Amino acid sequence: MTGSGTGGTAGQLPRLLALVPYLLSRPGVRLAEVAETFGVSEERLRRDLNLLWVCGLPGHGPGDLIDVEFEGDTITLLEPAGVTRPLRLTVDEALALIVALRALADTPGLSEHDAVDRALVKVEQAAGAAAGAAARVEVSVEGEQRVLPVIQTALDERRRLHLSYHVPGRDETTERDVDPMRLLLVEGRSYLEGWCRRAEGVRLFRLDRVDAVAVLDLPAEPPPGVRHRDLSQGLFRPGPDDLLVTLALRPGAAWVADYHPCESVTESADGGLVVRLRARDTGWVRRLALRLGAQGRVLAPATLAEQVRADAALALAAYAD
Amino acid sequence: MSERKTERLLNLVICLLATRRFLSVQEIRAAVPGYGQDAEESFRRMFERDKEELRELGIPLETGTNSHAHDDEPGYRIARRDYELPEIHLEPDEAAALGLAARLWQSAPLAGATGSALLKLQAAGVAPAPAAPGALEPRIGATEPAFEACLRAVQDGRGLRFTYRAGGGAAPSERQVEPWGVVSWRGRWYLVGLDTDRAAERVFRMSRIVGEVTATGERGSVVPPAGLDLRATAARMARDEPRETARVAVRPGAGWELRRSATATADDPDREGWSIVDVGFSDPQRLADRVTGYGADAVVLSPPAAREAVVARLRELAS
Repeated sequence: MTGSGTGGTAGQLPRLLALVPYLLSRPGVRLAEVAETFGVSEERLRRDLNLLWVCGLPGHGPGDLIDVEFEGDTITLLEPAGVTRPLRLTVDEALALIVALRALADTPGLSEHDAVDRALVKVEQAAGAAAGAAARVEVSVEGEQRVLPVIQTALDERRRLHLSYHVPGRDETTERDVDPMRLLLVEGRSYLEGWCRRAEGVRLFRLDRVDAVAVLDLPAEPPPGVRHRDLSQGLFRPGPDDLLVTLALRPGAAWVADYHPCESVTESADGGLVVRLRARDTGWVRRLALRLGAQGRVLAPATLAEQVRADAALALAAYAD
Repeated sequence: MSERKTERLLNLVICLLATRRFLSVQEIRAAVPGYGQDAEESFRRMFERDKEELRELGIPLETGTNSHAHDDEPGYRIARRDYELPEIHLEPDEAAALGLAARLWQSAPLAGATGSALLKLQAAGVAPAPAAPGALEPRIGATEPAFEACLRAVQDGRGLRFTYRAGGGAAPSERQVEPWGVVSWRGRWYLVGLDTDRAAERVFRMSRIVGEVTATGERGSVVPPAGLDLRATAARMARDEPRETARVAVRPGAGWELRRSATATADDPDREGWSIVDVGFSDPQRLADRVTGYGADAVVLSPPAAREAVVARLRELAS
């Protein structure tokens, strides 16, 4: 993809072409601020500026070169040598921004719709012809019209929430007070991250599993120093204490390996898969095994395999009459 | 790219932006430091590579001849109106919305393009603004190895050939596709297009594409149908139109998903405290997917086909 790599010499030319008009529009800007914006070290930025100094209009006389003035830790660009505006957006750049704005614009229940729509129109206009490709990429997101506005209010006013929340692993609805921290849209679904006062920990709540929500007349007070969950490795991070389960999957159940993070996936001789995955509670795996029927089989642990057999026998009895 | 080369290319851009008439290759050689001292042949090679690099960055290098000149060789210039990002001014709430939206691609191949796009907007004077505390942070992954090749083909209007492992245990097969678009639904990427061997529209899950993806045909050879609506395609994926109604008895407090999607709920006359819920379905196997996991807590009463689908699965497990 073009446009990536702003850090080193690889992305130096596009960076310089943006740096000149950036400095031009911000006389006296602090060196540290520029370095942060451009994602480079101050030392790297100084080397960039030294390079700008020797570039300029043909002739390369004193009045033709790009001129930068340092004063303390601030910079002022005196002569841009004709590079007064940034380069147009590339197709990838236009696509990245426009598709992202459209995804937000389409999220049901979001309160910023008006600003998102206005920003979208302006970015599309600025992108011009490069905006066309964005029509070929669609990011579908599921907001939650019912609960999203309530949660946004609680976050804006920093107030505590009460949630009736369904836990699918146990198929039960729980009642809990939560100090909201942020709203996230991950893998097409919206989540609330908050300090759960019942679990005394940071938890993610999938909004389509919220049965009811109310803003309480109490301030939100997550413990000081509490950290956001690291989502760089995906939503579900199995812990070492979670039960390690081995499943044999026939081809019709191969989707399980697509949907759940697995510790290992191996193909078996009959064209199926053997997967090892971690489960926080056995309820979830028992449900999965029942659902899969003959397409899946618990290989280990043996106690879990026995539980699934017992679950199935009990359920069959309910169909006997 | 070495600093010397960056310096040469920057001088080249400044030179071509400053000229209104087309500059011949020799004029460019004289005007841009870094070209002068090399032998003619190596200069020509260097200039060809430099042109290519500028075009890859999206710099609109124009080729043409000046009307009054009679040189056979074309010259070069960069038209300012094609080069420059048009004026854009964002209100603080619009800038906040853009900053928020830009987080969508945080961990995906388009993250780099997002970053450089935001830099260009800031260079055009847009001031970044913080989002409200209640703002929804979007994120999307694109970990499917085929994503970049599919996106590239869609942008370039080229065909694609790949090996695809369809669902339901079918053996992997070779597919030839005219790609129309890519869709992210529930965090997974899909390729939408015309399967040319089957002469029908198909949706391919990118995670099921096996191995390399090969682009075929000329650029621009694939044109999506007029009125292509990817949003509608995504909506179709989300919805399995129910054609029948099943009646399911559910234990108190259990069967949350069934209760939630029920079109009607009544008390069960035969089981103390239980409810009977009506749920729509189109395929007994899909209904069994939803019910069987609840074990003895959810019992399909009717229709018989749905009841049998669940019983068949339970028999397999109980034996």
